[in-house]
Amino acid sequence: MKSLKELEEIKQRTLDSVNLRKDRSGGTRVVVGMATCGIAAGARPVLLAFLEEVKKRNLGDVTVSQTGCIGVCRLEPMVEITCPGEEKVTYVSMTADKVRRIVAEHLVNGQVVTEYTIGAAE
Amino acid sequence: MEDISLHILDLVQNSIAAGATLVEVFIRELPNEDHIWVQIRDNGRGMCEHQLSQVSNPFYTTRTTRKVGLGIPLFRASAEASGGSLQIQSHRGKGTTLLALFHSNHIDCLPIGKLEDTMAALIFMNPEVNFVYRHEISGRQFQMDTREIREILSEVNITDPDVIDWIKDYIKEGLEELNGGA
Repeated sequence: MKSLKELEEIKQRTLDSVNLRKDRSGGTRVVVGMATCGIAAGARPVLLAFLEEVKKRNLGDVTVSQTGCIGVCRLEPMVEITCPGEEKVTYVSMTADKVRRIVAEHLVNGQVVTEYTIGAAE
Repeated sequence: MEDISLHILDLVQNSIAAGATLVEVFIRELPNEDHIWVQIRDNGRGMCEHQLSQVSNPFYTTRTTRKVGLGIPLFRASAEASGGSLQIQSHRGKGTTLLALFHSNHIDCLPIGKLEDTMAALIFMNPEVNFVYRHEISGRQFQMDTREIREILSEVNITDPDVIDWIKDYIKEGLEELNGGA
């Protein structure tokens, strides 16, 4: 059973780790569309899959955040990824499985997964 | 929306857009009476009478980016599809309360869904807002309050991935216990 004591331990662990002091502001940005259209289409598992993968792979310079409606509701869930010094990439009709591939290929190896982008869908 | 927890995720975002610093989500299940009550209460800026009268109209929105606002109309439609209803109270400067009734035995009643995912997503996306989540089933109760969690964490961020995971599991296990074990 999860207890508040366990939360204490997480706190201690986090304080002891170097990660806390890492500045993420110059890193990669992942933005998930979380308006009504995105949520209805399945944005919640997409957001949570990004959190899980970023944690699992310990990608300290990746920031995951939300935005409202990106504007093409029929292609939701949509995700925008901006790597430092590169153009923004928009992924459409996202699923948790697609997230895992995008994290491995785009965020870790720097290779855009072209077949999932808005350009391939249009 | 596929389930009630997704409606909650969507509607709490309205509260936050209205400047709320505290949002309370309260679910009360009364299986013997065929009732699921869902209440979302915020301390945001509230609505004036004109806005309140228009809020279930899908072609009304305060946004300027487009002409539709579907969050509340969809929630009302889901509640009514189960033979239930939605009441909205709002006072300018004080906040807004939504109270929906679902009839759980109705064939069109949505499943409740994963509240742990909704709360984890809300807390992660809105670190500046506090949340209380209370869930009652036949008089037994589970509660989570981010103010208590923050007090334990002190300088550690509530959006730390380990903390978010803990919150998710804490709610999941709390609900399993309410439902009489996994």
